[in-house]
Amino acid sequence: MKVSLSWLTQYVDVDMPPEDMADALTMAGLEVESVSDRYEYLDRVVVGRIAKIAPHPQADNLKICQVDVGYRVIPVVCGAPNVKKDMLAPCALPGTCLPDGNVLKKDLIRGETSEGMLCSEAELGLGASRAGIMELASDFSAGDPLNQALVLSDPVFEIDLTPNRADCLSIIGIGREVAAFKNAKVKYPAISLPESFDDILNYTSVKILDPDFCPRYAAMLVVDVKVGPSPFWLQDRLISIGLKPINNVVDATNFVMMETGQPLHAFDFDQLAENRIVVRVAQQDETFTTLDQKERHLDPEMLMICDGEKPVAIGGVMGGLNSEVEDTTTRVLLESAYFDPVCIRKTAKKLGLSTDASHRFERGVDPRGTTTALHRVAQLIVGISSGKLISGTIDEHPKPLPDKIIDCSVNALNRHLGTRLDQNEIESFLRSIEFEVEKIDNDKLRVFPPSCRVDISRFEDLTEEIARLLGYDNIKTTFPLIPADDRKTSGRVDSRVRIKNLMTGMGFTEAINYSFINKLSCDRLQIRPDDPKRNQVEILNRLSEDQSVMRTSLVPGLLETMHRNLAMQNKNLKLFEMGNVFFSTGEIDSQPIEVEMLAGLWTGIRNDALWFSEEINCDFYDLKGVVEELLKSLGVVNGAFTRMPPEFCCYTTPGYTAQVFITDEPLGLLGELHPNVLGNYDLKQTAYIFELNFDLLLEQIPTLKSARPLPKFPATSRDITLIVDKNVEALKILKCVETLDEDLVESLHLFDVFEGDPTPSGKKSISFRITYRSFQETLDDDKVNRIHKDIADSLLKEFDAALPA
Amino acid sequence: MEKNIEQIQEQALKELEVAADVESIKDLSIRYLGRKGKVTQFLRSIADLPPEQKPEAGKKANETKRLLDAKFKKALKQLETASLETEGHIDVSLPGRVVRQGSLHPITQIAQQICDIFIKLGFDIAEGPEVETDYYNFEALNIPKNHPARDMQDTFYISKNIVLRTHTSPTQPRIMEQQKPPVRIIAPGKVYRCDSDLTHTPMFHQVEGLLVDKGISFGDLKGVLTTFVHQMFDAGTSLRFRPSFFPFTEPSAEVDIRCVICRGAGCRVCSHTGWLEVLGSGMVHPAVFENVGYDTTRYSGFAFGMGVERIAMLKYRIDDIRKYFENDLRFLRQF
Repeated sequence: MKVSLSWLTQYVDVDMPPEDMADALTMAGLEVESVSDRYEYLDRVVVGRIAKIAPHPQADNLKICQVDVGYRVIPVVCGAPNVKKDMLAPCALPGTCLPDGNVLKKDLIRGETSEGMLCSEAELGLGASRAGIMELASDFSAGDPLNQALVLSDPVFEIDLTPNRADCLSIIGIGREVAAFKNAKVKYPAISLPESFDDILNYTSVKILDPDFCPRYAAMLVVDVKVGPSPFWLQDRLISIGLKPINNVVDATNFVMMETGQPLHAFDFDQLAENRIVVRVAQQDETFTTLDQKERHLDPEMLMICDGEKPVAIGGVMGGLNSEVEDTTTRVLLESAYFDPVCIRKTAKKLGLSTDASHRFERGVDPRGTTTALHRVAQLIVGISSGKLISGTIDEHPKPLPDKIIDCSVNALNRHLGTRLDQNEIESFLRSIEFEVEKIDNDKLRVFPPSCRVDISRFEDLTEEIARLLGYDNIKTTFPLIPADDRKTSGRVDSRVRIKNLMTGMGFTEAINYSFINKLSCDRLQIRPDDPKRNQVEILNRLSEDQSVMRTSLVPGLLETMHRNLAMQNKNLKLFEMGNVFFSTGEIDSQPIEVEMLAGLWTGIRNDALWFSEEINCDFYDLKGVVEELLKSLGVVNGAFTRMPPEFCCYTTPGYTAQVFITDEPLGLLGELHPNVLGNYDLKQTAYIFELNFDLLLEQIPTLKSARPLPKFPATSRDITLIVDKNVEALKILKCVETLDEDLVESLHLFDVFEGDPTPSGKKSISFRITYRSFQETLDDDKVNRIHKDIADSLLKEFDAALPA
Repeated sequence: MEKNIEQIQEQALKELEVAADVESIKDLSIRYLGRKGKVTQFLRSIADLPPEQKPEAGKKANETKRLLDAKFKKALKQLETASLETEGHIDVSLPGRVVRQGSLHPITQIAQQICDIFIKLGFDIAEGPEVETDYYNFEALNIPKNHPARDMQDTFYISKNIVLRTHTSPTQPRIMEQQKPPVRIIAPGKVYRCDSDLTHTPMFHQVEGLLVDKGISFGDLKGVLTTFVHQMFDAGTSLRFRPSFFPFTEPSAEVDIRCVICRGAGCRVCSHTGWLEVLGSGMVHPAVFENVGYDTTRYSGFAFGMGVERIAMLKYRIDDIRKYFENDLRFLRQF
């Protein structure tokens, strides 16, 4: 909402600097986004003295003037009849943006250089006269900026109104707020209807068929209208807040809408079939062409203003081309109505057509201001179009809105705000914004908000009015009493923080990717048709195909992040992300299942080439180590990794993928990216990736820990090397030792795996160390050797293994 | 007996005095205390002495052995210590063997800082779903269908009644439905709006707060949020509360802080106003309480919400919101 100070001062005295005014409005809840001077464009228009006039060699009706613009004399080609030597006139310099939108340039006019433009009042937007250049008083100095010379300044406030303040969608509405903080009274425009004749009921009628959507419709009739341009003052008012003048009738309706907040419409009465108005809902599939020459498709939730035969306007949104006021119009039917806000909003949304009128109706116009605005516009049109008013006002009012009455307890209000206001203070605050107040008793007030305050309906609304009139900054700061009661901490949040810290400790940097991904991501990841990851949740009004579905895996986001980083030459990445994935339940209008996941990606080198080491690329076991250490640090001891069957691998390479289990619960996977997936994401280097279900992991994280006693006796260890078939998994051998259930075996440590000479082909050697310890005694060698041999024998037999030669 | 033990000791000490390096001391040690050394030989020869002399001689010889051993070791130690000071060093300027740390995303860090402040003030963390019903995202918060307030948030729709939550505020009714007052929660999380340009990303993060109890006033709201701003930014940060509108609070207040960039002089970041919006807040609207079955005559409360990206931008002077989700390692590693 734009408000020019010049217009505002018509209704309220404002004697404060524009910046203070902007601040005061902001602190009253009307946030001023910007203040600009509407005459700023005159900065580059200066007072010019015409030093010399010469004829234009190529054009008889043009002259070449040498114009003194202060710092120098410039040539200006001018065609004005009134130009004469030593005259002072406004001269626009190159760069000036004139009100008609043209930006002035240094130019050649019929072969002659012109470095400026001598301007008329109309060209500068300062008056109506186009007859010649504007003559300035002789006591100005050449070179003075015109806005300074003429003391032209009109600050325009751009206010970002919150949707509740429908009452401030008008200059008077803003004026009411200013009056409140200036302790002044609003000067409402005096309305006295001009002389009228006959009776409107002899000409027309209004019939409301749908009172729910149109609770009130008022109309007046003006005849003998001469449609033409508005007087300068009216055009100037509209221009001051950025509206374009059209003709006197339309300008008058726009002026009164901006002044009062009540949208108005003018019909060409002679275009109304049967000269009457019928208000009804549209029929299904009815079409209608609006003023902007677009055909609109209607439905029965939209309200139409019709004549005896057909629609002539979409109620509260836009008039029709078929009844538009044109230059030839002589009889004008003026409409002022109250339409149902929800109906207007739905209509405007469906049509994608938001107008100044619909904006006001959907927020709620003053239900009691209908005829006041109508009388105001009738008066204005008669005054500027030499029209004559037909007596009487049609005011169909089938559904009057009830008056609002709110009881307000002073004690309750003070408790709510933390203030100590007395009844009189509250009363005078409310009266300052035109609320009527009656005292009921020492505590209670009965409050009658003005009808324009559609946002005020209950006690709490009054507390806000009092708070903002008092000034939020004048309410004392207090602190609530918060007892130190026992508080549950969220295990989820704590564990999440722990995991994130563990991951960063292991060198991983946290990424946050969008929760929405491309619908094709499943194909790119080679997700199987029956995989739940295919149960994607689609966004109806997606911004782009790349953000069309909610993710069912964190992997696409990480791969896209990898791609972006590779493009930026960040080739070595250790990234992780924690976040929700979303699975559709398949039921319409139901929330998806949200699961929190943890994923990590490692690509590039394991460690930098440094003076003590060579650069080595990371591999599967680097990332596996991260997952193992993560689980261990979380106290999850029963994690296991098994080879993922090839038929279950999708975005990772078969044979190079492990499933991660805790006890028997599958938690996720870990593996090398599938070459096809690398190709699908245009990645030029391989990467290792893991993805774990945090929700399941969370259940496995122990909340309590108990300490184990430390051993008192020394340990002793024995190494063993077995030659086994190369397909035997190391874990199986270690598990086998565990199943032997030998009490004295404390731990197993695998330290070497070797294939190749001298190990026979198809075989590998596996070496591990078994540590033995007793809690009761120092073990003697014989005993250890005996047990060790038993274990070795068992393994040899179990795995058809051999000892090294 | 060739020499008595005193002479051997004297001789050894003399030789020790002139021994200048490690080698000659080691040599001395061998010559006197080694297997064929003089002291060792003397000790063996005691066996040949008459019984009455044996204890005395043995005692003396052992004393000499201990004394010489100690002297030689001390001399060696001195030489070694002295040589450490003069010989041999490493290049301490070579880079060390680092264990590289990763870093948390700046949004995570700021959200944690915000939550930590409120946890200290006695709030608990709560979380809710990111894909919400229209009811919790709007209606329970006093934003009926077809209300112009819905224009304040561009919404992503999944279906007619399912949306990507546009704010963390649905956590308010969800928690209040489950819990009787008093309620003190802080709810961080992702939110979504159908808007993408220089200053908006379609996903961002908010932290929501809610405090409901008996006798909570607007003054309390000011107190808690002032404390928060002072802890989050700087104890000297000036702030102002300004009337605003949120359908689920009444009165509603926007909290502005003095621009941290220009300190109020006016700059691009604060649109030349000298103030920066950092929080939306207000007293919980009675309609919200009625929706969750709280008795509005007994309880009152306040709610607030803030954008994590915005606060991170101010704290870290980040000028482009899209940087957060590009995840360029060179950006992420700065935090």
